[in-house]
Formats: sequence, C-alpha cells, structure tokens
Amino acid sequence: MGEHVDGNSLAGPLSELFAVDLTMASARCLGCGDVSELARAMVYPDPTGYVVRCSRCDDVLMVVVQEPDSVCIELRGMAWLKVPR
Amino acid sequence: MAVISRGFTGRGRDHTPDLPPGQYLTADFPVLSAGPTPDIDTADWQFSIRTDDATLHTWNWDEIHALPIEDIDTDIHCVTRWSKFGTSWRGVSLDTLFADIETTDGFVMAHSYGGYTTNIPLDDLLGGKAWIAFEFDGEPLDPEHGGPARLLVPHLYFWKSAKWIRSLEMMPADQPGFWEQNGYNMYGDPWLEQRYW
Amino acid sequence: MSTLSERETRDAAPHRIGLWHAGVVVSTKTESPTGRSIVLDVPGWGGNIAGQHADLRLTAADGYQAVRSYSIASVSNGDRVELAVDRLPTGEVSPYLVDELRPGDQLELRGPLGGWFVWTPSLPDAVQLIGGGSGIVPLMAMIRSHTASGSDAPFRLLYSVRSPDDAFFRSELDTPTPGLDVTWLYTRVAPEGWGRPPGRITVDDLAGSAFAASLSPAVFVCGPTGFVESVATALVALGHDPHKVKTERFGGA
Ligand SMILES: Cc1cc2nc3c(=O)[nH]c(=O)nc-3n(C[C@H](O)[C@H](O)[C@H](O)COP(=O)(O)OP(=O)(O)OC[C@H]3O[C@@H](n4cnc5c(N)ncnc54)[C@H](O)[C@@H]3O)c2cc1C
Ligand SMILES: [Zn+2]
Repeated sequence: MGEHVDGNSLAGPLSELFAVDLTMASARCLGCGDVSELARAMVYPDPTGYVVRCSRCDDVLMVVVQEPDSVCIELRGMAWLKVPR
Repeated sequence: MAVISRGFTGRGRDHTPDLPPGQYLTADFPVLSAGPTPDIDTADWQFSIRTDDATLHTWNWDEIHALPIEDIDTDIHCVTRWSKFGTSWRGVSLDTLFADIETTDGFVMAHSYGGYTTNIPLDDLLGGKAWIAFEFDGEPLDPEHGGPARLLVPHLYFWKSAKWIRSLEMMPADQPGFWEQNGYNMYGDPWLEQRYW
Repeated sequence: MSTLSERETRDAAPHRIGLWHAGVVVSTKTESPTGRSIVLDVPGWGGNIAGQHADLRLTAADGYQAVRSYSIASVSNGDRVELAVDRLPTGEVSPYLVDELRPGDQLELRGPLGGWFVWTPSLPDAVQLIGGGSGIVPLMAMIRSHTASGSDAPFRLLYSVRSPDDAFFRSELDTPTPGLDVTWLYTRVAPEGWGRPPGRITVDDLAGSAFAASLSPAVFVCGPTGFVESVATALVALGHDPHKVKTERFGGA
C-alpha cells in the first residue's frame, strides 16, 4: 500500500514527454554523488505525479506533477542526466 | 478517442453536498507518501516552534501529552481526490502551543522528520482549526499515516497536514514547501479546488 | 522463433511508445484462486522483449480513466500480449481484470515499456530469477524467451508463493525444461511432506538454491515491494554485485 516502485515504471509516463526511453539514462545524485540509471531510482507514485528518489541516499532526484494542462518536472536533485543514443 | 471498457466503473465518484468539488468518498484511509516512512521513537521525538528571533519552543513526547488534549471529529480531503468523512483524532490544539508565543510573522513552514515541508498562513493554524495529532480512531497514529504525530489542518487539502511533524518555522512572507514548489497551490482550499498554481 | 533485440526495440520506440493502442481480450485463464492470465490482441503492438511491461488504461462509460502497469508474460514480435494479474481485494483495477473482463472486451495499452529490466538471448551470463507471487510474470517471459531462442545460458528460478494453489503458470513450470532449474518456496502452506517449513524467503534459501555470487549471475528480482526489498538486501549480503541485481517492485506491502 502506497509503497514505492522502481524507476523502470516511469517508462510509460515519461514516454508522454520524451521520445527516448529516459529510464535508461544515468543521473548523478547531487546528494551523494551516486551515478545510476533512472530505472534504478525509487519512485513514490501518487495520482497527481511522482517523487523520484536516489536508491542510495533517498534524496529527491526529480519531482513530476501532472496538472490538467501541463506537466511540471523538477530536476533539482540531479547534477546531470546522460541519455544513451 | 478513448475506448470504453465494458463493465469498468472505477472507484465511486458519487456526489453528495458535503463533498468538495471533484472529490469522491472513500471508507479506507489511503496512504500516500513522497518518501520513505521515517522510524521515530517517541523517546527521541521533539516538536518545536521557531520564531523570528530564532527562539525555539520545544516539547518532548511527555510534555506535549501534559497539555490539554482535544477530541477532533472532522472530514478530510486529499488533493488526489479522495475525501473521508467523520474521522476521529486526538491531539493538542495549535492555539495551546502558540499561547505563549509572540510573533509578527504571518506565515509558517511545517518541517517533517524525513525532510518534507509545507507552507501555511498562521491564521489557518489558529482559532480551533489545527492540531498536532497523535491518535487516530482511538489508536496511536501509525507511522504510515504520519505517526508518532502529524499536523492536522483539515480545512485545507490533506498535503498541508504534514506527516511526521517535527517543527513549525515562522516566516515573514509565504514561501513554497515541497509540493508547492512543484505546482501545488500555495493555499489549497478544497472548496475552491485550489489544487494547482 | 526470433525475438527483437533491445536495440531494435529502442529504435522502433518513437513510433509506438507513448501511444495508446486499443486491445481486445482474446482469452482468459484462471491461474490461481486470486489470479488469472489474459491474452490480448493489440493491432500495431509489434512485439516485446522479455521483462518489459505495458501500461493499461481503462475508461468508464462516464469518461473516468485509470492507468496501471502490468508486466508482459509473453515474448513475441507480433500483436499478441499475455498478462497475468493478481487481485487486490480493495484495488480499483485488479478486481475488474480478474473477475469482470471477458473475451471481446476492449482496453488500451501503451508500450512495450522499459529497456532495463529485460533479458535477451544474446546475454551469455548465468541467470538467476527470483519471483514472489505475481512477480513471476516478467520472469516467465524470460524463461519463455530462453527456451524459444535455444540460449545455453543456465537459468534458475526461485518462486515464492503463499501455497501450492497460488502459483501462476504451474503446469508450464512443472514441465521439465533443459537449462532451467526451478525451486519452489511456500510462505503459508507447503505441500504434504515438503522439507522446508512454510515461511518467507531467507538468506539461507538464497544461499542454498540460487547461483552463488562467485558465478557472477545476472539476477532479476520481481514481486511485491516488501519481497523485493528483503531479497535484494539478502543478495547484497551474500556478496552479489548490486549492479548485476535488477529489481521490479510491483508496489503493495
Ligand atoms: C512495472 C510494474 C509491473 C507490474 N506488473 C504486474 C503484474 O504483472 N501483475 C500484477 O498483478 N500486478 C502488477 N503490478 C501491480 C499493478 O500495477 C497494480 O498496482 C495492482 O494490480 C493493483 O492495482 P489496483 O488498481 O487493483 O489497486 P489500487 O486501487 O491501486 O490499490 C492498491 C492498494 O492501495 C490501496 N489504495 C490505494 N489508493 C486507494 C484509494 N484511493 N482508496 C482506497 N484504497 C486505496 C488499496 O486498498 C489497495 O490495497 C505491476 C506494477 C508495476 C509498477
Ligand atoms: Zn544519492
């Protein structure tokens, strides 16, 4: 109940926004410096969005809020995102 | 055009006059968390209010229980569209906790164990409208629902009722908390459907 | 039978992913007292590799919609998709899928999704699969892909279920398959005379039945969040490289 899932589950929601599979991209966590695929992050889902946390230190990597006319994506917790081509 | 799935109704979306717009009624108490559930021992638990002059007013578990405890019967409304009627809580009114506090600031940032924050105008915490609650339905509040203690501000959307409450910090101006920075409304009145910016 | 490589799936992605496809239920089959498998025909789907999932969207007559993720049990390069769903008594979507849905009904799918929790026949490593409850679904796709491709990567499965009746894909898993070794774990009720008393999966179960860390197997763990967390912790304690352990949490306690 209300339990977190893997970043892998973001593949669908993120496919509405990006043409590539962003779950295969690596992100560097600003909190602990860990570099991991987004698929490995922990996702706390919620019908209006989701909070994505570093699987090593639990710091917030990304917050997505789905509003009726737009989607707000906050990426404050990551230094960079490396997207495979 | 969407395909209709025969026989699928989804959770009830009935409308009754007591329901704010866009809400549906649930008998359960859904758990929604923006992060891991912190494990807080009541022996280490502290709640504090920090005022503009950086003074800390702190209560430990025994001290807060020594204050007058109120029974609270209220409806709650979550921004994720569920509402629950007639929930019963026990806790200490923020009027009691603010009784000896002098402040000229009009806004409050609630901070939780685990790092969550949410902003609320001070006026919405006073006048019998908000509590630090530590019992739900006659039982100690379980960690999933914010135990040992959570803020309870039932007239606003439930994300304002910060779980695992640790402190209230006075602010001269309204600053956005965790969800508010990401598109949730600064105030969050369910009757006005103030969900987003 | 040929399977799409990971690369091909990704290249094809922009055309298909993100779009909702209408699917029609072809058949359903009871797998356990609480679960069943569902075969769908999804024109334009174009196949999936083992381990991927789909998002399912249900629309009520009044326009209300609900979206949930489901792993895909089948592997193909066509338009057939097999899912298997376990009913959560208070859930919104799973009781509908398990109790109500019947052949001819329509729903929408988006996918195939996820390029990370996947196995392709080109991978040479030994593979350890660990599933709890409905967590068998993407692992079943890997087993089927392994068999269909004739891959000689050794496969082992540890499957934890409440009781013998609760197993999904029981007869298929009970059929001896070259290169696949299956170990059953029961958490509540074990068959008569079963050596291990019923109980949750432990470090000892993993030490006794799973490929050792020294073999550096690729490990796939899937099931309820609590199950996946305890298995992942135990694997790291047994010396498995965290980078070789891939997890798929289904949520729930
Ligand atoms: C990548 C991925 C793959 C998956 N694959 C599979 C699979 O192959 N097979 C499978 O069976 N499952 C799978 N799942 C789980 C699936 O997506 C659903 O979560 C599951 O079927 C439950 O959905 P539901 O609508 O029935 O339950 P929900 O309605 O989502 O409820 C889940 C639980 O939370 C409580 N709850 C939550 N919100 C409310 C609310 N508003 N009111 C009351 N109660 C609430 C319910 O009591 C219930 O116990 C997968 C999940 C992921 C992330
Ligand atoms: Zn980190």
